[in-house]
Amino acid sequence: MSGYAGLLAALVLAPLLPGVINRTKSFFAGRRGPPLLQPYFDLAKLLRKGAVYSTTTTWLFRAGPVVGLAAMLVAAALAPFGGVSAPLAFAGDFLFFAGLLGVARFATMLAALDTGSSFEGMGASREAQFAALAEPAFLLGLTAVAWKTGGLSLSGMLGANSFATWSGAAAPLALVCVSLLVVFLAENARIPVDDPNTHLELTMIHEVMVLDHGGPDLALIQYAAALKLWVLGSLVVGIALPVRSLAHGWAFAASVAGMLGLCVIVGVVESCLARLRLTRVPQLLLGAGVLSLLALFIGLK
Amino acid sequence: MTILLVALGLLVAGGAAALLCRRSHRAANLIGAGSAAAACALGLVPAVTGLVGGGARLESAWSVPGGSLALAIDPLSAFFLVPLFGLCGLAAVYGAGYLSAAPGGRSPGPPWFHFSWLVAGMVVVVTARNAVLFLVAWEVMSLASYFLVTRDDEREDVREAGWTYLVATHFGNACLIALFALLGPRSLDFADFGPASHAGLLFVLALIGFGTKAGFMPLHVWLPEAHPAAPSHVSAVMSGVMIKMGIYGLLRTLTWLGPPPLWWGGLLIAAGAASGVVAVMFALAQRDLKRVLAYSSVENTSIIALGLGVGLVGLHAGTPGVAVLGLAGALLHVWTHALGKGLLFLGAGAVLHATGTRDLDRLGGLARRMPLTSATFLVGAAAIAGLPPLSGFFSEFLILYGAVQHAGLHSLAAMVALALMSGLAAAVFVRAFGGAFLGVARDDGVRGAHDPGAAMRVPMAILAPALLALGLSTPVLLPALAPVVEQIGGLPARRELDAATAPLAVVVLGSTIFLALVALIAGLRRSLLAGRTVGAAATWDCGYAHPAPRMQYTASSFAQPLTALFGPVLRTRLTGDAPRGLFPAAAAFATRTPDVVREAALRPLFDLVSGALHAMHRLQHGRLHLYVISIALTLVVLLLWRLS
Repeated sequence: MSGYAGLLAALVLAPLLPGVINRTKSFFAGRRGPPLLQPYFDLAKLLRKGAVYSTTTTWLFRAGPVVGLAAMLVAAALAPFGGVSAPLAFAGDFLFFAGLLGVARFATMLAALDTGSSFEGMGASREAQFAALAEPAFLLGLTAVAWKTGGLSLSGMLGANSFATWSGAAAPLALVCVSLLVVFLAENARIPVDDPNTHLELTMIHEVMVLDHGGPDLALIQYAAALKLWVLGSLVVGIALPVRSLAHGWAFAASVAGMLGLCVIVGVVESCLARLRLTRVPQLLLGAGVLSLLALFIGLK
Repeated sequence: MTILLVALGLLVAGGAAALLCRRSHRAANLIGAGSAAAACALGLVPAVTGLVGGGARLESAWSVPGGSLALAIDPLSAFFLVPLFGLCGLAAVYGAGYLSAAPGGRSPGPPWFHFSWLVAGMVVVVTARNAVLFLVAWEVMSLASYFLVTRDDEREDVREAGWTYLVATHFGNACLIALFALLGPRSLDFADFGPASHAGLLFVLALIGFGTKAGFMPLHVWLPEAHPAAPSHVSAVMSGVMIKMGIYGLLRTLTWLGPPPLWWGGLLIAAGAASGVVAVMFALAQRDLKRVLAYSSVENTSIIALGLGVGLVGLHAGTPGVAVLGLAGALLHVWTHALGKGLLFLGAGAVLHATGTRDLDRLGGLARRMPLTSATFLVGAAAIAGLPPLSGFFSEFLILYGAVQHAGLHSLAAMVALALMSGLAAAVFVRAFGGAFLGVARDDGVRGAHDPGAAMRVPMAILAPALLALGLSTPVLLPALAPVVEQIGGLPARRELDAATAPLAVVVLGSTIFLALVALIAGLRRSLLAGRTVGAAATWDCGYAHPAPRMQYTASSFAQPLTALFGPVLRTRLTGDAPRGLFPAAAAFATRTPDVVREAALRPLFDLVSGALHAMHRLQHGRLHLYVISIALTLVVLLLWRLS
């Protein structure tokens, strides 16, 4: 029952996260910044608009946002939240989770290539490269948690994660946290991998892939991106905060607070760091992979 | 068994009839394709009954020393016969369209003869229960496919490809002959093979011999040459089922060798990991669509090797759960890859047929012109890239799920390799599909392309839904694999497979929800846009007024960041003239990524061998009387030796 509360929270609260990040960045820049609920206003506005399609595009371009959002919705049903199991939890679900992220990415890249634009081709090319390097870090990191906690599902892993687990295996769990945080930043197109606020098509990754989408399509994309921020973030928070030790209501509240805290961290990172050069990003992602591997080696008997 | 023999007879006779029918090309094409398709449809009956438990056996004495003429269908054979007959039958239908439209007015008789014999050879390979029969069938299979590869032998690259294939395949055969000679000094019947004292040596021989056919690196060199050279329906059969004969041979050998030591699994995982990661890098760097698919085949047989490795490691560790998951994942991937790569090669054939080129940097925009080919190719690409809800995800899921449950270095290596390969494979197929089907045509020759005729369309339209159906039916199918897994692993598998169906059933549920959500959101989007202004404009190009097709990002540009990252392995060669001066006249730029094993290891080796053998050239002087004298002298010496 309460597994659905987590899913509902994801569906409702996800667009809040980019708002929090933006407010944090405004605070650091000394601006007032957009309202916290601005992403909701954007979605509502986009959903009321018409659309313009490039004459080059086919059904694949229109399918991209749809498939991307559907995959994220199913992924949200796999991610546990607030110390209770997810609605669709099962042994090995983190592999399905990675698969769904892959489907969403595949659809987005094809939609980008469908426009025939060089800019979108560049975005897709970068996305393919970084995702290929982020995937091992992600899967190995979660495997390390699985070996430490003895759980084979995301809910089992994070559900078994308590203060006792942390005191017993602080080093590997901390390594996984850092590694997953890097994956989280890379997959969600945040600094230091991608700059969501850049205004030059040549330097974008995620934003440039969706340049030609508008109206309801763009709304689907932005909502899916917010959901992705939520589900990947909930994994990082779930590992970092062993909320199982708390009572249900408190665990839920602590997890929501953790998500908002994570967004503040992202905002701080974006305010203090410059984006890495594109040729440096693989090093960062390989570094995350190495951290995951290290966590696994510590877990080996 | 009778039905299988009838199917074999039909293949042999139909092929011969097509060869003899020299008068009418049309008749030869119809006879060849019709008999092959009919034989495959017939053959599916014993194959399917064999898989659900109805084995069959035929044994008769023959004059060849070392055993009897034995054919049998057991679960392992049946498991390989099903995709063999299924894909070959569809490829035959496709080939009827493909060869009838072949330019040059050459008779389709010889290719149909070789095609039928190739299929017959593979059927006997899978069902033979005697080493001599097996090796003869293996050779028939290799030679028939050699003649198919060299069909366009007026082209030098095709002759070179055929030559490479012939050398590689006979290198493998030499190992196989040694393997069987060591296995059965007394009897060459499979039934008499059993645990041997030097099992390690036999395993290595089998891995090299069968690995050459399966295309494990560095034994894969023939594969990226031969697959593109062959007609496309033959490429589909070669990649979809013929290279799986190597996997079959390896599995069959494992049933004789007894309990595996740890290093067998380790060796398979090491070979699979190295081979798979390097192959997928090379797939990224190729411009030729069929070469991309060929390297991807190397990657996929490597995934099968990884699954087997995880299975063997699990067997050794005494964890039946890991063992069964690894083996079942490897087996399921055999089917996935047979259907998926078969479909992709058929799609590539349709593209080649419609545009006359396989160069990804010249193609483009075919999704508009070839809707069916592009949709089915997309399904095949997503399946081979291992994306849910298609079957490729389920086989990789089983292997990874098995590896996660075994906390050890071996399974860790398998996981690292699989995770890296799946991300890179997605890049390979986005690039291949994007390059060929999306954007705008980059070359004038591509603009008039259209979907092929019905004979070529129907097999693609069957294979694409089959990949989805195979994926979604995995929980039902998996327990049926128990006899096959038990035969390979020698352990009861039913309980573990039943246990594995529980998570798979939730994956299927999740996939169904995913598909339903796609439909729902698409409907929502449509209803939102109904009645609003939906405009059409040019793609956003930063305000540049006249974007030309050649300004698009090409497949090569798409892969550049990754190929640059893997530069030390790929050794891509750049050639060209950079533009010079204020008003540059002409400029050119070209990249080529030849196979690193071929260029860095095998070419020097073969140059060395041919240099050393050059001394022998003096014996080949062409003077016949000296040849006769040398033969007579040899005979006399042998006679004297025998008499003394």
